[in-house]
Amino acid sequence: MSDSLQAMKSTPLKSTQGWITFRTDAWWVEPLLTLIILGSFGMYATWAALQGVNYQWGPYLSPFYSPNLVEWFPQWFGSWPFSPAVLILPFPLVFRATCYYYRKAYYRSFFTSPPACAVDITGQAPKSPLALLLGQGKGYTGETAFPLILQNAHRYAFYFAALFIFILGYDAIKAYVWTDGFHVGVGSLVLTINVALLGLYTFSCHSWRHLLGGCIDCFSCDKMTQVRHKAWERQSLLNEKHMQFAWASLLWVAFSDIYVRLVSSGVWTDYRLF
Amino acid sequence: MTSYNTKYETHTHDVVVVGAGGAGLRAAIEASSQGLSVALVCKSLLGKAHTVMAEGGVAAAMANVDSADGWQTHFKDTMKGGKFLNNWRMAQLHAQEAPDRIRELERWGAVFDRTPDGRILQRPFGGHTYRRLCHVGDRTGLELIRTLQDKGVHSGIDVFMECTLTHLLKDGDRISGAFGYWRESGRFVIFNTKAVILATGGIGKAFKVTSNSWEYTADGHAMAYNIGAEMIDMEFIQFHPTGMVWPPGVKGILVTEAVRGEGGRLTNNKGERFMQNVDPERMELSTRDIVAKAINREVKEGRGSPHGGVFLDISYRGADYIKKKLPSMYHQFMELADVDITKGPMEVGPTTHYTMGGLRVDPESQQTNIPGLFAAGEVSAGMHGGNRLGGNSLSDLLVFGRRAGLGAAEFAKATQQFPSINDADVEKAIVEVSEPFERDKGESPYAVHRDLQDLMQNKVGIIRKEAELHEAVTELQALKERARVCSVEGSRQFNPGWHLALDLRSMLIASEAAARCALQRKESRGGHTREDFPEYDAHWSTVNSTIRKDGDAMAVSTSPLPEMPSELKQLFEEAK
Amino acid sequence: MSKQAVFNVYRGSQEGGDFQEFTVPVEEGMVVLDAMHYVQGFLCPDLAVRWNCKAAKCGSCSAEINGKPGLMCKTRIDDLPIESPVSVQPIKSFPIIKDLVTDVSWNFEMNKKITPFTPDNEDVSSWRYYQEDVDRVQEFRKCIECFLCQDVCHVIRNHEQKPKFVGPRFMVRLASLEMHPMDRVDRLPFIKEEAGIGLCNITKCCTEVCPEDIHITDNAIIPLKERVVDEYYDPVVGLLRGIGILPKRNKKKP
Ligand SMILES: Cc1cc2nc3c(=O)[nH]c(=O)nc-3n(C[C@H](O)[C@H](O)[C@H](O)COP(=O)(O)OP(=O)(O)OC[C@H]3O[C@@H](n4cnc5c(N)ncnc54)[C@H](O)[C@@H]3O)c2cc1C
Ligand code: SF4
Ligand code: SF4
Ligand code: FES
Ligand code: FES
Repeated sequence: MSDSLQAMKSTPLKSTQGWITFRTDAWWVEPLLTLIILGSFGMYATWAALQGVNYQWGPYLSPFYSPNLVEWFPQWFGSWPFSPAVLILPFPLVFRATCYYYRKAYYRSFFTSPPACAVDITGQAPKSPLALLLGQGKGYTGETAFPLILQNAHRYAFYFAALFIFILGYDAIKAYVWTDGFHVGVGSLVLTINVALLGLYTFSCHSWRHLLGGCIDCFSCDKMTQVRHKAWERQSLLNEKHMQFAWASLLWVAFSDIYVRLVSSGVWTDYRLF
Repeated sequence: MTSYNTKYETHTHDVVVVGAGGAGLRAAIEASSQGLSVALVCKSLLGKAHTVMAEGGVAAAMANVDSADGWQTHFKDTMKGGKFLNNWRMAQLHAQEAPDRIRELERWGAVFDRTPDGRILQRPFGGHTYRRLCHVGDRTGLELIRTLQDKGVHSGIDVFMECTLTHLLKDGDRISGAFGYWRESGRFVIFNTKAVILATGGIGKAFKVTSNSWEYTADGHAMAYNIGAEMIDMEFIQFHPTGMVWPPGVKGILVTEAVRGEGGRLTNNKGERFMQNVDPERMELSTRDIVAKAINREVKEGRGSPHGGVFLDISYRGADYIKKKLPSMYHQFMELADVDITKGPMEVGPTTHYTMGGLRVDPESQQTNIPGLFAAGEVSAGMHGGNRLGGNSLSDLLVFGRRAGLGAAEFAKATQQFPSINDADVEKAIVEVSEPFERDKGESPYAVHRDLQDLMQNKVGIIRKEAELHEAVTELQALKERARVCSVEGSRQFNPGWHLALDLRSMLIASEAAARCALQRKESRGGHTREDFPEYDAHWSTVNSTIRKDGDAMAVSTSPLPEMPSELKQLFEEAK
Repeated sequence: MSKQAVFNVYRGSQEGGDFQEFTVPVEEGMVVLDAMHYVQGFLCPDLAVRWNCKAAKCGSCSAEINGKPGLMCKTRIDDLPIESPVSVQPIKSFPIIKDLVTDVSWNFEMNKKITPFTPDNEDVSSWRYYQEDVDRVQEFRKCIECFLCQDVCHVIRNHEQKPKFVGPRFMVRLASLEMHPMDRVDRLPFIKEEAGIGLCNITKCCTEVCPEDIHITDNAIIPLKERVVDEYYDPVVGLLRGIGILPKRNKKKP
């Protein structure tokens, strides 16, 4: 090497370049997208839940308003002054909020803790005020202190969510039963896909994986654990896709509400396939 | 016990184990279980020793898969694979004790692949009559070292990581300690001890194309040689038939024999399975020396692959199977060479892999000819003779690591007083290690190392010739002189240039021993192939090569092989 | 002249340091570690780099390349944007010794705190367990202790929780023991308290960097969190275990 000595000149990098990270790729795209999509969903869902109208059309019921409390329990909810969705949505909300995947997504995008890997939000770097919930610096408490310690109750949210899948399944079936008999409208399919995606999301849950078989140390030990091992193995395949199901079901549930809402308000027409 | 002075720190332990690979860790665990204070010293971090790279498996006649297997068959395979140059007693002990050592590992938390009936699974390997290699996918060495490491750290062993020893110290005839430096600070260290166990591994870094890591610089060989220990059979170097050949940066990285164990097929550029002509019975699973030479011939005669190797194909076994049984090979080729081995063949060629030769030890206790100095693992010799069977090294580490630990513990217990450290020896060591800093106009040690690697690769490599070996011996003298006067920049704090300058001296000793023994042995056998003497020779089948330091010169000679007792000889008769 | 790449390599020690620029000729298939070896061999013999196997098997050569934690021997130069200089620096979460070498001894101390494998039946030859029992455990045992996950984990990296949190590497180790069919020690109190599993907010950076592709968060940490929930936060499981509908944990105090 003739130019070896020449190559040894020292040029210090500007120290500011390492202020947050030395990463040169577009690390901010993912948290930003999450922020935008989750944020938009949140706003839309709040708005839609507060409407209290246009959530039903023909045999279709918006998933935000399922179960149909007013119809099922008129004696209790008939005189409820607000939108019934306000009573319903907290369940799926808590389920998603305590979901292991969403925790990752919002701790990164909303809490900037951390926004992306090896992106260091310390010292002077701008951080989200929500980051304070996790504690900062040496005072970091993660999920060990109130309120985030409540994340540990995720499995209870799962129990309710599982119940909802049955209710939404009932809604989806009902979406084929018209006053003039059995028919398939586009909305029937929308609601069927909705319950399918929500089902996949719900039953690919980590808590469910644990309860099914993850909590067992010796799978081969007896008949029962062998059966549970098989179940756990299958569920693990779904669990690997939990993130994809989370997004797909989130977008689709919003779309289902939009669909019912626009059809019911007359903006869209529901096509009957047969 | 530790004391400090301005020049160095001194630690006192009953037993000092040099090297934290499989052999060193197993030895330390054993010595410490005898109630002694044990220091474990290693050049790199704990758990990073060469053993971690072992892939295919560990051989032990557990008979879990093939119930006909037993120690006698394992013993016979080992002797045959070693071309009968093995120390029969070591081969016997190894075959008899390996299964217990494996069970012990399982007891300590190793998790081997399982048979359908819930026992340790075993796979076939070259030269082994039965399916014998206990394994964990293709990362068996990692399992072994992690298990021993976790066992070791809870056994009260004092671990000295990133501490390189350069000199052994004697009190009269027997060992009294060792001298070295902390890699991190460059500070000098002395261990005062009753017994030393060397488990420093091999010499592969003296070659250019090698599967070995930077640690394989023959320090153990050289330290022991310098204080009068005897080495044997240094011409026997195993060239593993399958290393990566492309891209250039990864040339030499090992492709585990497990690929062939799982059914991989070798072909030349004509699509011929050339092993058919060489060893039609065992084909790809012939012993390593034979397969390596066959590949070498294909390439030399123009039937090689585009990048100077041959093809090895496992893809017909299906992607799922390959990813399950050979996951790291799959990733290695995918990530380093852009080759998907589940879809097509890989290109492979021979790579320097293992040193059969090393320190001569007593088969029962692993003691060398220096009282108090023990050796185990790749640095010791005798067990594998002229060629090692795959999987026999990991079991060797366990069996003889334990024996060395016991041997050293007994020796230390029988020693009432700590031997004394000779100040003059320490001063001399300090001068020798500091020298490279004293010169500022010398050559870079990296340049000398590159030339050494080229020399060894070209002239003491897989096929050897009288004239080239003569040249090698002469050129090694010149390299020694260059190494003596090379200089390093910077400070003593974590300075790889300095480390290499010191390691070079060890590599040169081992290289010279290899070259001189290769010149002496006028025959071809196992890992030693002479183009001018291509056959076995009756005389050479009865002797080990020996190497000793004689003043400033290296004395190479021979000594008769120990005679196998008749009941063991009988085993081979019965087979006929 | 052949293709070249410029590397900005951090050079320094506890006393401080800075980046130094090196131009290295690039060959096909070359990895960052090759470039560092070139620097040592031709430009700067005392550049401190830790490495052993050069085959992604030993976990010695961890560094941050263009800000991303990774193994130098596994990072291909053709995958890097070499139009601009590539930065190479030591892993950030551990004290620097020199250049790219850091003091990772803290990890070895954490390991020592973990109660090792403890079966209650010592007679190994009678042991029978099956591949399906150990698939999970074997995934965890693939760990090569590169400590990249420890480096990237923000709990350690940004919040200096070293004393209270063992880090993802040792969550993996704990999971391998906790799920071993023959092990009989109850490490849940340790996992909750000393190991500090609640500090992990499952943001998955450990999984992103793991060169062994261990699903650290999904397969080790979350299942351990769920086991901690069983033991400490779920009154129903407690009740069902108490009245014998669910089996009690077959584990002893360490
Ligand atoms: C890629 C590869 C795959 C392999 N696969 C298999 C296989 O499948 N089956 C099998 O049986 N064998 C296999 N082998 C061979 C086997 O792994 C080695 O022979 C064996 O691990 C050597 O172990 P050891 O304990 O003797 O030394 P090592 O594990 O190499 O340990 C040497 C130790 O000595 C220390 N040391 C060296 N010099 C000094 C010094 N001067 N001061 C202080 N410490 C020092 C080092 O730091 C290290 O801790 C393989 C080898 C390679 C390279
Ligand atoms: S998932 Fe938990 S352990 Fe892993 S990097 Fe994130 S906080 Fe750390
Ligand atoms: S878990 Fe993965 S990233 Fe962490 S130390 Fe082990 S191999 Fe490295
Ligand atoms: S983990 Fe996502 S729903 Fe339970
Ligand atoms: S050198 Fe072993 S992992 Fe990179």
